[in-house]
Amino acid sequence: MKIVVCVNHVPDTATKVNISSDQKTIDKNGVTYVVNPYDEFAIEEALKTKEASDGEVVVLSLGPETNKETLRKALAMGADSAVLLKTDLALDSLSVAKALADEIKNQETELVFMGKQSVDYDSSIMGQLVATLLGYNIVSTATSFKLDGTKITAEREIEGGKETIETSLPAIVTAQKGLNEPRYASLKGIMTAKRKVIEEKEIQVTESIVDVLEMKKPKAKEAGKIVGEDASAVPELVRLLKEEAKVI
Amino acid sequence: MANKFIIFVEQRDGEIKKSSLEVLKKGGLLAVAMRADIEAVTIGNEISNLENTGRYGVSKITHLKNTELANYSVSAYTDLLVSFADESNANFFLFANTAMGKDLAPVLSVKLNSGIVVDCVELEETEGNLVATKPVYAGKALTIVKSNSEKNILTLRPNVFTIGEVSDAKAEVIVKDVEALNLSNKVISVSKAGGKLDVTEADIIVSGGRGLKAPENFGMIEELASLLGAANGASRAAVDAGWRPHSEQVGQTGKTVSPNLYIAVGISGAIQHLAGMQSSKYIVAINKDKDAPIFGVADYGIAGDAFEVIPALIEELKKN
Ligand SMILES: Cc1cc2nc3c(=O)[nH]c(=O)nc-3n(C[C@H](O)[C@H](O)[C@H](O)COP(=O)(O)OP(=O)(O)OC[C@H]3O[C@@H](n4cnc5c(N)ncnc54)[C@H](O)[C@@H]3O)c2cc1C
Ligand SMILES: Nc1ncnc2c1ncn2[C@@H]1O[C@H](COP(=O)(O)O)[C@@H](O)[C@H]1O
Repeated sequence: MKIVVCVNHVPDTATKVNISSDQKTIDKNGVTYVVNPYDEFAIEEALKTKEASDGEVVVLSLGPETNKETLRKALAMGADSAVLLKTDLALDSLSVAKALADEIKNQETELVFMGKQSVDYDSSIMGQLVATLLGYNIVSTATSFKLDGTKITAEREIEGGKETIETSLPAIVTAQKGLNEPRYASLKGIMTAKRKVIEEKEIQVTESIVDVLEMKKPKAKEAGKIVGEDASAVPELVRLLKEEAKVI
Repeated sequence: MANKFIIFVEQRDGEIKKSSLEVLKKGGLLAVAMRADIEAVTIGNEISNLENTGRYGVSKITHLKNTELANYSVSAYTDLLVSFADESNANFFLFANTAMGKDLAPVLSVKLNSGIVVDCVELEETEGNLVATKPVYAGKALTIVKSNSEKNILTLRPNVFTIGEVSDAKAEVIVKDVEALNLSNKVISVSKAGGKLDVTEADIIVSGGRGLKAPENFGMIEELASLLGAANGASRAAVDAGWRPHSEQVGQTGKTVSPNLYIAVGISGAIQHLAGMQSSKYIVAINKDKDAPIFGVADYGIAGDAFEVIPALIEELKKN
């Protein structure tokens, strides 16, 4: 079976964010980019699924030339081939979804893994959008996944518990932490990945229906008060919480 | 075209979720400001107290009912919402940004060909349209966004929009028995984490980190939480060490929370942790290192040893 994994290239979570002069995006100067953390779980699940049956794993990313770094990491982990849908434009989620869906159709696959969320715009919607565009079933934020023939059993976290879902292929599954432990790339994997060709494709750009009018920093919180340095400060803390903050 | 809002009211176990009441209230206020119509819809089997939705600003709620709908099914729920939306001709659809809302809203947006903005923390009307504020980069920046579509779906972050005063109005409840459900995707069972309050739904959270040194030391964190009626949270270090379940992790790769009060104990305040909790209304930090970054966002702090401060805090709260 052929499995597609969609991977995004995003600023490291430790990045300090500054707004660029266009007031709509972040200043990319000095920002380190990494594989979107949730996409590592998606890659791992695809590799495990491939190893349990037979088949190949294709990784797919939409974005600028630099997204190849993330595709290469996925290849180094064990993916068989990679496709870059190349664009320098900042597209809205639906436009990205349409382009990913077109390529997934082209790949003729029945099973797609994604991360549950890109840690840039934190939208958490791509899997649902692409699945609906393709008419596939969706399991979002999965913490477990089992495939038996074409039947899928998966768990997802909900508030105060988890639910078990049953559905079937064709499907898109988005990965939440807890799904698996992503493997490290082996030295051999890294070497092989270097030699692999990343296929580049053009995309058809559709008009954005959601516009970013402005990006700004949240109001900085004023540093609060250190009430004390040991247990003797406790009565004062409780008083402040009751009388000043009125939260207990 | 006149504006019309539909509020999706979420139920679990036949009970309406508090986050949906927040959405009802906010939707009600927007509808008044925009002189728009508003109605609510819910899906499930037996659901209690539906008429009470009237207290938050809707006069009518439709209950799409079937025994098979007691549990969530993204396929069945979407199909029902698509027909409901088509009949009602609404242009704004509001959901709570919960596990269910996050799953459902984007699927519906494709089916209705609408714009979607998720996880809104502010929502305002401007020139007959809605402009939303959505945190990005884990809250390190905010975007102000507008959907240019005829139809718009928005999901609202729980615990941000306050319910405030409510009226004693009752909503008209219209029960519609629905059939021929598309259950291609279906929840077959739900398990609860010991009936514990989830961090995303709690008004108060007490979180512990690596500073607590060992899993058994979370006993005092749990005791403090139960005294305050709070949920237990944790840093990633505590989760990765296996001391706490992942469902408690707060932060960029855990849950985003905005309770009234967040108490961080033995947590340094790494940027990824702050990302998940800095929008809390009040933050208390207890950390023995007075230079820990958590104090930079805390309203009140005690720069002392948690093993002395927490037992004293428990004693003090018991006194009252
Ligand atoms: C991709 C990525 C994603 C991440 N996502 C998250 C996330 O979602 N959530 C998250 O929390 N982290 C996340 N992290 C990890 C984050 O960077 C920190 O490593 C983590 O938050 C540290 O946890 P901590 O504060 O419990 O531990 P530490 O940083 O080790 O801090 C422990 C603190 O306890 C204090 N302390 C020690 N003893 C005592 C005592 N007796 N009394 C009082 N205080 C004491 C110390 O002074 C110290 O400040 C992520 C990291 C990466 C790379
Ligand atoms: N530009 C992209 N290229 C490839 N995959 C993407 C892209 N953007 C998002 N995704 C996938 O969609 C998931 C959820 O992203 P989002 O809905 O943007 O938070 C990510 O974890 C990726 O798997």
